This record gives sequence, structure tokens and C-alpha cells, in this order.
Amino acid sequence: MPVDFLLRVSLAAVGVALIAGPLGSFVLWRRMVYFGDTISHASLLGVALALALNLPVMLGVLLVAFAVAAVIVTASGRFYHVDTLLGVAAHSALALGLVAVSFLDGVKVDLLSYLIGDILAVTWRDVALIGSGVVLSLGLVIWRWRALLISSLDRDMALAHGENPAREGLLFTLALAVLVAVAIKVVGALLITALLIIPAAAARLWADTPERMATLAALIGVVAALSGLAGSFRFDSPTGPSIVVAALVCLLLAGAARMVGGWRG
Amino acid sequence: MKSPLIETVDLGLEFHGHRVLHDVDFAIYPGEIVTIVGPNGSGKSSFLKCLIGAERPSQGDIRRAEGLTIGYVPQKLHLDAAFPMTVARFLRLASYKTSASDIAQAVGMTAISGVLDSQMSTLSGGQLQRVLLAHALIGAPDLLILDEAAQGLDQPAVAGFYHLIEDVRKQMGCAVLMVSHDLHVVMSASDRVICLNAHICCQGTPTIVSNAPEYRQLFGAGTEGTLALYRHEHDHRHDPDHAGESHAG
Repeated sequence: MPVDFLLRVSLAAVGVALIAGPLGSFVLWRRMVYFGDTISHASLLGVALALALNLPVMLGVLLVAFAVAAVIVTASGRFYHVDTLLGVAAHSALALGLVAVSFLDGVKVDLLSYLIGDILAVTWRDVALIGSGVVLSLGLVIWRWRALLISSLDRDMALAHGENPAREGLLFTLALAVLVAVAIKVVGALLITALLIIPAAAARLWADTPERMATLAALIGVVAALSGLAGSFRFDSPTGPSIVVAALVCLLLAGAARMVGGWRG
Repeated sequence: MKSPLIETVDLGLEFHGHRVLHDVDFAIYPGEIVTIVGPNGSGKSSFLKCLIGAERPSQGDIRRAEGLTIGYVPQKLHLDAAFPMTVARFLRLASYKTSASDIAQAVGMTAISGVLDSQMSTLSGGQLQRVLLAHALIGAPDLLILDEAAQGLDQPAVAGFYHLIEDVRKQMGCAVLMVSHDLHVVMSASDRVICLNAHICCQGTPTIVSNAPEYRQLFGAGTEGTLALYRHEHDHRHDPDHAGESHAG
């Protein structure tokens, strides 16, 4: 395999994994798993709109993911529990996306590549976009780290400290939307949540502070991304799902090691 | 007289058309200990939320002294099991400019040096209460606000906690505002007790009866006089239309 190609796909996978670890930790702490699922499903609608309007796919996904997230955040709690809104949004956005894609004539859209990713088609331009996503998304989380942490811990305590939990929540949502946009080509709309949650869940078993959990989750994500890639070349399996399977293996190993080592805190 | 740290004027709060608070005129001054008592659902937690800015009043005004710093001790901390957090890390989270000596002082005062490396989720109720207090004390706030801080503790533990609060006030000079659902037994060091039931029903000073035999009978000797009784003297009657507001005590 050409080195150029290997470097390209590896960088793309590592970039996405680097963001997914820390953001995924916050997703676990803030109990937003279903939320992550919803905005990644909604990204398919972004793909359809981008193709119809001739915009870059990542931009379409970013805008739709953030718009759906913002609507859910502002509308929840009035008439429905946030759970209901998420259920409605996740599946109707997915359905709308699928219907919208079918109306697109002239372009032959390979749907499966957006649902489970198509990292092998990643270009250097995509790698550059993923790189800027890493800088933007990780930068946002590192910049707001303390405020985000304390807002995730207890809303009232954050307010008493003079923080603004609503604003921090919105910024976090923005970081998530960026991740979804850069990850859709790598693991696909259906599996983005897996990449968020599984490395963070594995890291939880071996971390005693939030910082260690976020760092460890990023490292585990990178290991899963690279071994998933290698596995998919070796066994000719689809790449996105292979990365997720590798992440699951990491989680199981972390759990087994933890059980052997005895449970602490 | 010194100007108040925080003051509410004609404060009112509505939730979905339901009046939770109305006509609350309240002020707390530097160094004062004020206890707010009220039955469940009397709006006392909502009142605290207004003071810390978590709830926006639908009526009236809240005036804060310039540069006022508040240390807030929540009733509970809903820490998800997925959140790894040692006590030491939690304390460092208290402020951007937390210095090691600020933390050491708060740790010393609350006697929690033994649990610094423990996970927050493994602490007992009493330990967690002390850790939350230490967190609130970092940065020497002007006003310490405690929401039902003694709930779930047995009486000797409550007495110990009140004793600690008294010490804190003595050493740090901060004002203390605490809320309790216990209508009759309050912290004896309270300078004032306010009975809140949607509005301020009555206020006064606790009756110090620690030398009376009845007190010994009620609280035993182990509470070292930290508990006192509060006698409610109402200067108004509630008409039957406001039966929901009638005093539970």
C-alpha cells in the first residue's frame, strides 16, 4: 500500500479519535449519550442538504448537527422531557435525510458510505479539515475546561461560582457538532456515538480524576483507531465498524484487567 | 449600621402561575448567622436559588454588595458514577486562582485531610458534607450559603456540623445563611431565625435553653449547646383561602 495513502487514513482516524475521547468523557459525565446519538443521526440530513446545495459535506453536517442540538437544548423541558425530543429528532432527522438523499438526482450518492463511513476515500483536504476540527473542538474544551467541569458537576454550584452553565452547555454542543462533522467520513453517522462512548468508558475504569479519564480516553481511541484500521486491511472488513470493534476490545481488556487488579474507588 | 451583603426587596417568584414566593424583604449583614426555617415546599430552596442567581425572580429586586463572593454548599451532589473525582481534585476546582494555602486552610478547618485521595462517590454523608463545606470556603467568601446541610445526619453529627460552622464564622468572619426544614430546632449560634412559608411568616432569635432540664431531655448532653429552640410568634393570621400557606409548625 502506498505510504501516502496509509498516512492519510491514519491521520484521519487518529484525529477523530483524539477529539472523541475527551468529548466522550463529558458525554458520559453529563449523561448525554442519547444526545450524541441524535445529532450524529441528524448529520445524514446535513449530508443531503450539502449535496443538494452544492456545499462541502462537512459544513452541511456541522450546521445541521448544531441546529438540531440547539433546538433540542432550548425546547426541552417545556412540554416534553428531553428524552422524548431526542427520540423524535434522532429518527425523524435520519428518515428525512434518507428521503432527501433519494430525491437527489444527477448525483449518485453511496448512502452506506455516510452511514458506516468510508475512510479509504479520505483526501488530503479531508485530513486538513479533520485537523482544523481537532484544533477547534479540543481547543474549545481545553479553553473552557474548568467552567465545563464544574457546570457538568452541579448546575447550582456553577452558578454560585459565577459560571454560566447554559453557555458552557451550548459551547460543548458546538464542540460535539464539530466532531460529528469530521467523523462522518471516518466512522459514519451510525457509529460516531460508539467512538465517543466506548474509549471514555474504558478510560473510566483506570482514571481517578477527570483529566486522566479524558487523556486516557483519547489514547485508547487512538489505539482503537490504528488497530481497527490495521484489522480492516488485514481482514478486508469495513473500516468504521472495525475501529468500533477494536474500541470494544479495548473496553473488554480494560475491564478484565480491572477485575484481575481488584476494584478501586 | 453596615450595609447588607445581599438584600431582597419585595421579592416574588412564580412557577407556571403558582406563587412560590411573594413579598420577601430580606437582608443579611457581614458576619451574621441567619437560619431560614420552613416546611417542605415553603419556597426556601427557591429563595436560595434566587440569591445565588440560579433562579430569576418574577418580581422585586435582589441587591448584592459590590464584589460579593458566595460560597455555596448544595444539599447533595449528584455525581454520576462515570465521573472520576478525588476530593483533592474537587477542592482545586473551587477557583481559578486557588492557592495551595487556601486549600490547606479549608482542609484543616473541616478536618478532611484523611479523605483527600478518596473518590467523591465513596464518601459517607458526613464526610461529603465537610468536603462540600471545604470547597465553599476556598477563597474566603463573604457569605456562606448552606442548603439543608444537616439533612440526613443524626443529631450528634448535626451538632458537630453546627459547631464547625460556628468555628468557621469565628475564624473567617463570613456571614452564614442556612436553610433547614426543622422548624423548631435550630443552630443556637443563629443571630436571627426567619420562618419562611412563601412569605416571611415571622422572625426572631432562638431561645437558648441549653441549661434547662427539658433541653437535656431533648438533645442529651452530647450536643454541647449547639442546638436551640425557635418559638414561632405570628403577628398575622392566614385567611382560609390561603390554607396552603398556613403554618405547619
